[in-house]
Amino acid sequence: MIVEVGHYALVLAFALCLVQMVGPMWGSLTRDRALMAIAAPVSIMQFLLIALSFAALTYAYLVSDFSVLNVVENSHSQKPLIYKISGVWGNHEGSMLLWVLTLALFGALVALRAKRMPEDMAATALSVQSWVLGAFLLFVLLTSNPFARIASPPMEGRDLNPLLQDPGLAIHPPLLYLGYVGLSITFSFAAAALIHGRIDAQWARWVRPWTLIAWMFLTVGISMGSYWAYYTLGWGGFWFWDPVENASLMPWLAATALLHSALVMEKRDALKVWTILLAILAFSLSLLGAFLVRSGVLTSVHSFASDPQRGVFILLILVFFIGGSLALFALRVQSLKQGGIFAPISREGALVFNNLLLTTSCATVLVGTLYPLALEAVTGDKISVGPPFFNLTFGPLFVPIFMAMPIGQLLAWKRGDVLGATQRLAFVIGLAVIVGLMLAWVRGEPVLAVLFAALAAYVIAGSFVEIWSRVTAAGYDIGLMWRRAVGLPLSSWGTAIAHAGAGVTLFGLAATGWGVERIAGMKPGDNVDLGPYVVTLDDVQRRPGPNYIETAAFMTIREGGVVVGRLEPSRKFYAHRSMTTTEAGLRTIDLGQVHIVIPEQNSDGSLDVRLYWKPYVTLIWIGSIFMFIGGGVSLADRRLRVGFARRPSRKDAPAAQPSAAE
Amino acid sequence: MTRKQRRLTMIVAALAVLAIALGLVLVAMRDNIVFFYSPAEIVAKDVKPGTRLRLGGLVKEGSVEKGEGRFVSFIVSDGNGEVRVRYTGLLPDLFREGQGIVAEGVLEDAKSFRADSVLAKHDENYMPREVADSLKKQGHWQVDQKTTGK
Repeated sequence: MIVEVGHYALVLAFALCLVQMVGPMWGSLTRDRALMAIAAPVSIMQFLLIALSFAALTYAYLVSDFSVLNVVENSHSQKPLIYKISGVWGNHEGSMLLWVLTLALFGALVALRAKRMPEDMAATALSVQSWVLGAFLLFVLLTSNPFARIASPPMEGRDLNPLLQDPGLAIHPPLLYLGYVGLSITFSFAAAALIHGRIDAQWARWVRPWTLIAWMFLTVGISMGSYWAYYTLGWGGFWFWDPVENASLMPWLAATALLHSALVMEKRDALKVWTILLAILAFSLSLLGAFLVRSGVLTSVHSFASDPQRGVFILLILVFFIGGSLALFALRVQSLKQGGIFAPISREGALVFNNLLLTTSCATVLVGTLYPLALEAVTGDKISVGPPFFNLTFGPLFVPIFMAMPIGQLLAWKRGDVLGATQRLAFVIGLAVIVGLMLAWVRGEPVLAVLFAALAAYVIAGSFVEIWSRVTAAGYDIGLMWRRAVGLPLSSWGTAIAHAGAGVTLFGLAATGWGVERIAGMKPGDNVDLGPYVVTLDDVQRRPGPNYIETAAFMTIREGGVVVGRLEPSRKFYAHRSMTTTEAGLRTIDLGQVHIVIPEQNSDGSLDVRLYWKPYVTLIWIGSIFMFIGGGVSLADRRLRVGFARRPSRKDAPAAQPSAAE
Repeated sequence: MTRKQRRLTMIVAALAVLAIALGLVLVAMRDNIVFFYSPAEIVAKDVKPGTRLRLGGLVKEGSVEKGEGRFVSFIVSDGNGEVRVRYTGLLPDLFREGQGIVAEGVLEDAKSFRADSVLAKHDENYMPREVADSLKKQGHWQVDQKTTGK
């Protein structure tokens, strides 16, 4: 019964979408306030209905209702509770439900804040959001119904894919979806702006916080996914340039560019056409990602059960929204008043440079991801484009981004002074050189690692130069400095923290060059040298778990004879799926990690153990957390400022409408 | 700077970055792209020895021979052709006789291949898509083998 309620709620939500797609849109075009007024409550209702539907599916998983096909295929009564919950989105149908839930969530959030925007803009944006939501609800209802029953329920389910029975599944997809799908709202705002021809600094002010939220979650979502792959896939790597990883990286690059160009639009009323285009492209890339993951056109660890019907459906959604929005864009772009052209050497010039490089690097990733598909479609040849391609194209484009980051922060709006900025960075550059020399002395080869680490040090320190000079402008008295630091706008702090976070990640990436990798045949009692450490295999044991049997190796890490840590890499055998997963043994020492993976036992009882020592590797993910925090700090500031703008905008909200036509 | 000059600077900068990116992509495309072949295609397309490629097919039953250290040799077959693969290193966990694999390495001659990496399927449902396609093409596809998986 509860399952039917969930299904019905989903159908109702779709019906509300149909209302929302037409009503508020028509209302905004005909200035019918009653029609516009339905937008906000309907959006909130949509969210509540889909949340109910999601709760119903979760309930079916919790009670192991094996009359539901989706539960049978992906659950097992003995599965631990957390995987019963996270298993809800560990499959195609359930993850689509999470996708529509997130779409509706963003609609509802905008609805709650709709009073701060002109009625017609809010109504149109929510209406466009419902177009997207409606399309995906239809997709779920027609091709991927998670509530489908089966005629003869089995006694036991087939269990969740063991690779997914991991806390990573509870964290990574929801965060990623908040980011991925969050970009839909900037898309809706862009479409609304095009429909009403109102593309101005005010628009950027509404949209930037939403972009920032989506960007923050996308950042940590990607980063958590990378950490999950790192400890569970057993290859010791954290990024494989897998097509699906690329599918999440491309929207991230576009969103990062959008974040920066919206700033120019907000502050200088320039780059308007470009910003709108980016808002459309960012979400289009999200849709492309959804298509690549779910259509089965690519081979990847992420590919879901492929079904041509689903692929075609998503392709139609893709074509409709990308084509439709670009057509609207083409129709309206002529009527847009061009913003000012500005000096190349200025804050806005630096941001344009940032956009240029980010979008170009995004384009190279797109080429590398889609080229094999295109080639196979045209010539039938099957090729693989691997990490070397991306390292060679993406890497060189990102180096200037990092180099320009601190300089851009120091350039003034309108007219900057590169020489002056470089002079202010002289201390930081000196610091980076010293860090580089020290690392070269302590760690040595490879040269590239030293260079990138020095670049990272420059970015981290350079991010704070602006703040430092403002804090110390009135002297070096601690109390005074503290008061000045507190008095600085939070967005300055946010920028500095997020930029430094990017530097921290870069440092972690650079340090992979100093990693040590060993493969050794080990028997209990054997020692292996691993960089500065000696690893001993103490024992190998088999032990039962709730729904698996585990083979665990007990290992001790010593440095100069002193025990610094113990590890338990293991392999879990899941009988229900006759499948084995690898659990890497991880031990964090300082900022680095010892990472050990055990494969199957050889016939003579020895283990071919893979051991890695990865100095500073945790910085890769720690950096993303800094980026998230930086975004959050910046967001806190924005809320205050939007609050300021609220009073006048409410008063002249009716008056704002005629001005749209100017 | 005049308005015109500013615009020109922007355009030149944009074109320069795009040109660099295009150059990088072309260079990377030339050197870092690996074609996929099945054993029968190697013969049919007359692939030259020394070519770097990805070879996919089923590991022939009874063909796996382990040698000194971590050296291993086995035959990859697609039903219409066979290639002997030599590889030194750890085999993936799900490497089994009779199952689909993809090996990347250098072709020595039409019948022998030196691999530097071997990939196997992730779980019992999954088969590398290229392998599944080429088996379908060769008419050795069984209904119970699906390309589904995660």
